[in-house]
Amino acid sequence: MEQAEVVVAVINSTMSILVLFIWFLFSISTYAAVLEKDRADVLYHSYDGGGMKIDGPAILLRKKASESVALSAYYYVDTISSASVDVMSTASPYSEERIEGQLGIEYLHDKTMMAMSVRQSDEDDYLAKSVNFNISQDTFGDLTNLSLGIAFSDNKIRRNGDDLFAEESQQYRIRAGISQILTKDLIIALNVESVADEGYLNNPYRTVRYIDTSVPAGVGYQSEVYPNTRNSFSTKLSASYYLPYRAALFLQYRYFSDSWQIDANDIELSYRHPFGKTVELELKVRYYQQSQASFYSDLFPYQDAQNFLARDKELSDFDDITLGVGVTYLIPKQFSISDWHSEASIQWDYITFNYNNFKDPTAEAAVGEEPLYGFSTHVIRAFFSVYF
Amino acid sequence: MVAKYFTRAIFVVFTISILGLTGCAQPIEPWVKPYERQHLADPIMRTNRHPIANMHVAHVYEARESARGTDGTGGGGCGCN
Repeated sequence: MEQAEVVVAVINSTMSILVLFIWFLFSISTYAAVLEKDRADVLYHSYDGGGMKIDGPAILLRKKASESVALSAYYYVDTISSASVDVMSTASPYSEERIEGQLGIEYLHDKTMMAMSVRQSDEDDYLAKSVNFNISQDTFGDLTNLSLGIAFSDNKIRRNGDDLFAEESQQYRIRAGISQILTKDLIIALNVESVADEGYLNNPYRTVRYIDTSVPAGVGYQSEVYPNTRNSFSTKLSASYYLPYRAALFLQYRYFSDSWQIDANDIELSYRHPFGKTVELELKVRYYQQSQASFYSDLFPYQDAQNFLARDKELSDFDDITLGVGVTYLIPKQFSISDWHSEASIQWDYITFNYNNFKDPTAEAAVGEEPLYGFSTHVIRAFFSVYF
Repeated sequence: MVAKYFTRAIFVVFTISILGLTGCAQPIEPWVKPYERQHLADPIMRTNRHPIANMHVAHVYEARESARGTDGTGGGGCGCN
């Protein structure tokens, strides 16, 4: 079956399910839920590691327009200065800016929440526009929450310095989830999401390397070639547990697989502990591991060695570990504006990446004999939240 | 291959929907009463306690890792790798 037909069939099936779901939800409501509080968040983020420095601001606003409708707006900037190992092996350091914006609306009817958002991400060489729809429902005495969602994204890809280059890709997402209160201290949730991409999925700048005995360096480079489709399925199981001395423990595990033969697992444990009425401490540890794409190689034996070629380290076999700590200060009322509750937070993550089949091409060694690559990065988020 | 992945997704969606539908028809009483949920309602139990930070965390991992989906964001692309 053609992919376009499959996508149409999927959208039709999804819409049928959603209509059935909505009809069912509206027919069983007994008493109403409420929208979350109005809030504003201002954030500064920074990522520094592996030759990349990315930072910038972000703002998130959320305001109820009535008892049943809430509006939200999100603005985010990445200022990127890159001299990563990819860039240093075949190109020059560069800098660029990415601006992302999102507008959302939520509608609450009894226990049914519907949310829709539109998003745009804009860079010199990449423009992504997407639309996202979710519906969720509290049921079974509000012990269970069911959710469904779909999203579509349209991406335009360009290559700086090449005005003739113009490619595009599309992404379709469908997701479902169930969250269940098991005891007065424990909630568990199961979420699944399928993502299908079609179109130009390469990075337009990245090259693969191959053994070339005709040149003194012994190595040649050619552009990456990726398949035009990628389909993936992700399953996440999570649990939140309230500890007897007022602290919270969170555990989540995700399994991912895709049509490029990448399998990935990640597990995260985090712990939140309040000190008095003004301070909350958060600790996090996360482990991620993935296998490589079927068409990935660190060094191909010759030019055009296979139909599809990749040397993106994100498609290689690797693992990473995150250690994180965060502190939130709940600002006492006497220091708040107009009696609005406000908080100041800072979070720091230290992530170590270990690549098992990606060698450092900038190292002084014979081709293919370089040491394996790895790097560490510091990720910082400092933000201020006001509830009004 | 595409059909296989979507068939799986739709199967799971249907299963969860049917579970929800039939679960409500069962004579099982909700066993945690509304007045017993003060622990679960405590702000420290909220996974989305800091939504703006969670969006950044998801963005960092999606740019550096191949896995995607079920990260709590709506998705949408960027040329971020």
